Amino acid sequence: MKTDKRFKFLPWTGALRSFAARATMATLALATAGNSSVAANELDANVVAGQTNIIRPFHIHISDAALADLRQRIAATRWPEKETVADESQGVQLATMQALARRWATDYDWRKCEAKLNALPQFLTEIDGVDIHFIQVRSKNKDALPIIITHGWPGSFIEQLKIIGPLTDPTAFGGRAEDSFDVVIPSMPGYGFSGKPTTTGWDPAHIARAWTVLMKRLGYTRFVAQGGDWGDAVSEQMALQAPPELLGIHVNMPATVPADVANALQYNEPPPAGLSADERHAFDQLDFFYKHGLGYAIEMKNRPQTLYGIMDSPVGLAGWILDHDASSYSLIARVFAGQPAGLTREDILDNITLYWLTGTAISSARLYWENDLAFFEPKHVLIPVAVSVFPDEIYAAPRTWTERAYPNLIHYKKLGTGGHFAAWEQPQLFANEIRASFAPLRTAITAKNSSN
Amino acid sequence: MQTTKQMELIAAPAKSWPFAKHAVITSLILAASLMPMTAAEDSNSAPANQASSIRPFQIHFPEADLVDLRNRVLATRWPEKETVPDQSQGVQLAKLQALVRYWGTDYDWHKVETELNALPMFVTRIDGIDIQFIHVKSRQPNAMPLLITHGWPGSILEFVKTIGPLTDPANYGGRAEDAFDVVIPSMPGYGFSGKPQTTGWNPDRIGHAWDVLMKRLGYKNYVAQGGDWGSVIADAMGRQAPAGLLGIHVNMPATVPTEVAKAMNAGDPAPAGLSVQERAAYDSLSTFFNKNAGYGIMMVTRPQTVGYGLMDSPVGLAAWMYDKFAQWTYSGGDPERSLTKDEMLDDITLYWLSKSAISSAQLYWENNNNNFNAADQKTADIKIPVAVTVFPGEIYQAPRSWTGRAYPTLSYFHEVNKGGHFAAWEEPQLYTEELRAAFRPLRGIPGTALNQ
Repeated sequence: MKTDKRFKFLPWTGALRSFAARATMATLALATAGNSSVAANELDANVVAGQTNIIRPFHIHISDAALADLRQRIAATRWPEKETVADESQGVQLATMQALARRWATDYDWRKCEAKLNALPQFLTEIDGVDIHFIQVRSKNKDALPIIITHGWPGSFIEQLKIIGPLTDPTAFGGRAEDSFDVVIPSMPGYGFSGKPTTTGWDPAHIARAWTVLMKRLGYTRFVAQGGDWGDAVSEQMALQAPPELLGIHVNMPATVPADVANALQYNEPPPAGLSADERHAFDQLDFFYKHGLGYAIEMKNRPQTLYGIMDSPVGLAGWILDHDASSYSLIARVFAGQPAGLTREDILDNITLYWLTGTAISSARLYWENDLAFFEPKHVLIPVAVSVFPDEIYAAPRTWTERAYPNLIHYKKLGTGGHFAAWEQPQLFANEIRASFAPLRTAITAKNSSN
Repeated sequence: MQTTKQMELIAAPAKSWPFAKHAVITSLILAASLMPMTAAEDSNSAPANQASSIRPFQIHFPEADLVDLRNRVLATRWPEKETVPDQSQGVQLAKLQALVRYWGTDYDWHKVETELNALPMFVTRIDGIDIQFIHVKSRQPNAMPLLITHGWPGSILEFVKTIGPLTDPANYGGRAEDAFDVVIPSMPGYGFSGKPQTTGWNPDRIGHAWDVLMKRLGYKNYVAQGGDWGSVIADAMGRQAPAGLLGIHVNMPATVPTEVAKAMNAGDPAPAGLSVQERAAYDSLSTFFNKNAGYGIMMVTRPQTVGYGLMDSPVGLAAWMYDKFAQWTYSGGDPERSLTKDEMLDDITLYWLSKSAISSAQLYWENNNNNFNAADQKTADIKIPVAVTVFPGEIYQAPRSWTGRAYPTLSYFHEVNKGGHFAAWEEPQLYTEELRAAFRPLRGIPGTALNQ
């Protein structure tokens, strides 16, 4: 991957564009951007004029050597014995890993993923010393609401690819034109094609500040933010920072756990008396996760650099990534056993291969080391918040806790299906939720504009 | 493993040792190149009527395994450097690269293989698992039989330097009457012992197996010693109190009182009223649990997941283990001050060649108790004499006050001024002196004549 080609993003003319395209693609041997059906970024003149902040078009091209090396390493895997149990209680099962590795080393084709990504308008811009990679797809609808969507770990911008169409072009996906969004999907520092921080300090609050810079640099004066997993942490930090341009957020892994519940979980005590059925279910989900599922996060918080094995071993990385939470792992195991589910084998391998090829196993893990926020503790966000609860999330936030956590809750819905990687698993459902969540904020804007 | 050269050593009386040693060595030197790598493989070929036979054992890994290891080491895909100037994110890149550079070039596994093969090593099947052990008898007729158990990420290699001083004290500045016969087994799933194929090999079961082993060797009375998992197993044996177990010595005692453990688990500040030593212990353990326990949580909850990378990547395995050498030796984070590069690489290579990254981690999955807490280890149930040495570089320095409360039959307590978690490996002479002093009172107790 070449990232050292820098282009002045001065008036975005066809000539410059073709120069840029030629210059990147001469070395990158790819020409998909030119034929992209998605409108390429056309920056507002007022963003570009007088700005020293440069936005450079970006294309992915992984060398053949890197792909051959990956295949060789997979083929040369030194396998362990099978686990000593008949279930997933010791971790990712050997049969699942071997099915994944077989597919990965034979039929899987990264170039297909690369072509799909390069068909989207991608850019780099430097913020606070780190190159931020992002997809930006504008809607044809001029009243589209700009939204910045943040992935998590072990996800990536690949999680959000399936919702780009439904959000930017709703009428083609069973929606209404007035629900259009301009979509911005960045890669967090240390993730995907963004730069890797070489110094400390890139915690969720810092990323949140950078996202506001990014959206303003793109010329957006009003926008909303969305995320699950780390994307929730970043979106909530943006909401706490509350830049005037940020109208509201939508999260699908909300931080709602009340203090008495958190204490009982922390001290390994019984749940507080009087929990409703939903609350008790959430308590049990969290109790299970803390007891059986949190090890990877603790190790990444404690000793991210010690995880050399997941940089050096493809199956080591894949095992680590597959084991994010019990429901996701169960879904992935079903997929590799040949059963249909919300993700395909290619989805899963695209994401793992992205982590491998970008060498981001450890740089992504550092976010855990940087972070000092409790994941599920309410942060006292005061701006409008919309929440979608997917049943297979680490915990299904009850309405009661959610209302207490977010005094300005504008939307709450429990869905019937979907898990931690909601946008990836259930893109249509997810897009519907985003539309419904932010419709009230559009009305507010319209009302405000007309009263002006 | 070839089984044609088996030697019956059942109930070999002590006096037969010189003969046995001679026979083993002459026969095995000839056979060395034919002898096998792991003990596990021959279990089915062992004649049924020799269920309790003791077979001599030699190590010989095929050259292809060593070549493959070197190739993998040289092909390491390295991450970026950590973003801090210290060890707070884990093993530092430069430190690991220095170690691994040596591993891939001048390091010679054959040296330690030869050293081990010069010791009398055996395999015997206990409770369905082949147990490999070193067994060195003293020339002293009344030597005290001593069973020593290693921990993670250690192995039998931790104790090789103590064999001379323990068995032949007169040659190492001691007195002949302090001589020990030493038995140093590899735990199931570790080193050259078999790998459990089913669950249940927890510390209690290992404790029972060790007693079988000692009785099978003809010892009616003996003592047991250990650090790390070795302490947990010695505690387990202390509770079991099999006939003939005269006492135990541990260098990682389980002394933390219940009320202190509760605060520690919750991440609370230290309870009021702790003495200076207790407060120091509290702080050490709090740091351990808050900053450094991820590896353990991962192995307790998901040994299979973490193991794929450790099995497939030598550097991944090296970092996973070296992290603990750095943190737990009495070296200020610079383990090369306590152990040579060769010593650390011998141990790492032993884990690599014996493919025991996951099988060793499964012991954590089998036992989710807190190994520092008195109540978790039920130390109050121990009715036989307990000796404790506190090394200054141990994960925590057990205060005398807590140790006395935890072990009602405490017979010996001594704080020494050097050495860490790997006490025998780091300070073999001091460790030996501690064992001599700790067990001296147990010699010559009427009715417990040694080596009856």
